[in-house]
Amino acid sequence: MSRATPEPVQVVKHRRDEALKALATGVPYVQFLGITFDRRGDELTAVLPYDPKLIGNPMLPALHGGVTAAFLETAAIIGLSWSIMWADIESGELVPDKLTHDNLPRLPKTVSFTVDYLRSGLPRDAYARAQIVRSGRRYATVDVEAWQDNRLRPFAQGKAHFVMPRKPT
Amino acid sequence: MVVDKIRIARQFIDAIPHAQALGMQLGDMGEGWAEISLPYDARFVGEPSTGVIHGGAVSALLDTCSGAAVVSHPKNPGGTATIDLRIDYMRAATPGETIHARAECYHITRSVAFVRATAWDADADHPVATATGTFTVEKQL
Repeated sequence: MSRATPEPVQVVKHRRDEALKALATGVPYVQFLGITFDRRGDELTAVLPYDPKLIGNPMLPALHGGVTAAFLETAAIIGLSWSIMWADIESGELVPDKLTHDNLPRLPKTVSFTVDYLRSGLPRDAYARAQIVRSGRRYATVDVEAWQDNRLRPFAQGKAHFVMPRKPT
Repeated sequence: MVVDKIRIARQFIDAIPHAQALGMQLGDMGEGWAEISLPYDARFVGEPSTGVIHGGAVSALLDTCSGAAVVSHPKNPGGTATIDLRIDYMRAATPGETIHARAECYHITRSVAFVRATAWDADADHPVATATGTFTVEKQL
């Protein structure tokens, strides 16, 4: 039994990176906050570079709680969408060059979102990773955690419930 | 005394860089309650195909409004920080419309303030989102 020749690594990487770019740069609010995504294989880390406009308490100073919430929610939505798209990216069914801002896959809709603020957000870069707890046909549940300088000292965690986008028929 | 507290609370909210960045407008404010609105802005869109505002921007509005309700409460001597916040999204905000929020601090202890908040657009009978949260009570601003 001989296996099919694997695709060249640059072809695979290009397809994954283009799909992620279409997903992450197509949302104006994600751009407004300056959130980017770092990809290692299928693992995504959301990155929120520090900017003075993200401050909520200028006296401490500390990141705005709303920024932290928005960052976690964005990490959760993009993480979930990415996991839904992954199989199609790998099979080559999803052609990134045809993904434009207008025909992006519909994003999951947030039903509820809970944030726990564990310590104050420092005026530094922040990182977040989402974990898909359950991804069903109609609903999904995602846990998300954010940290700054020290991975073992998260400054916020969240749990989100989503209604899944309907598959185009 | 009370008027002074409200005035200080207003200054506190007006000085938040992120509230300014989002263009939040502080409306009425009383003892333990506050109203803030967020005019529509294409930069805050979360679903490009429809122009609907991102849930995160609504979260930021509800969080700020809730914090304002805590800061304006007579039993809170100082500032505040969010401990936890739960947001339920009932429907998408209509593109182009201003989102309004009202928050009420309905209970406060020496260390914790309990808040409810609602957000709506031109259709005030059907909220866009509701939130419940707990906030710290600080000795100073």
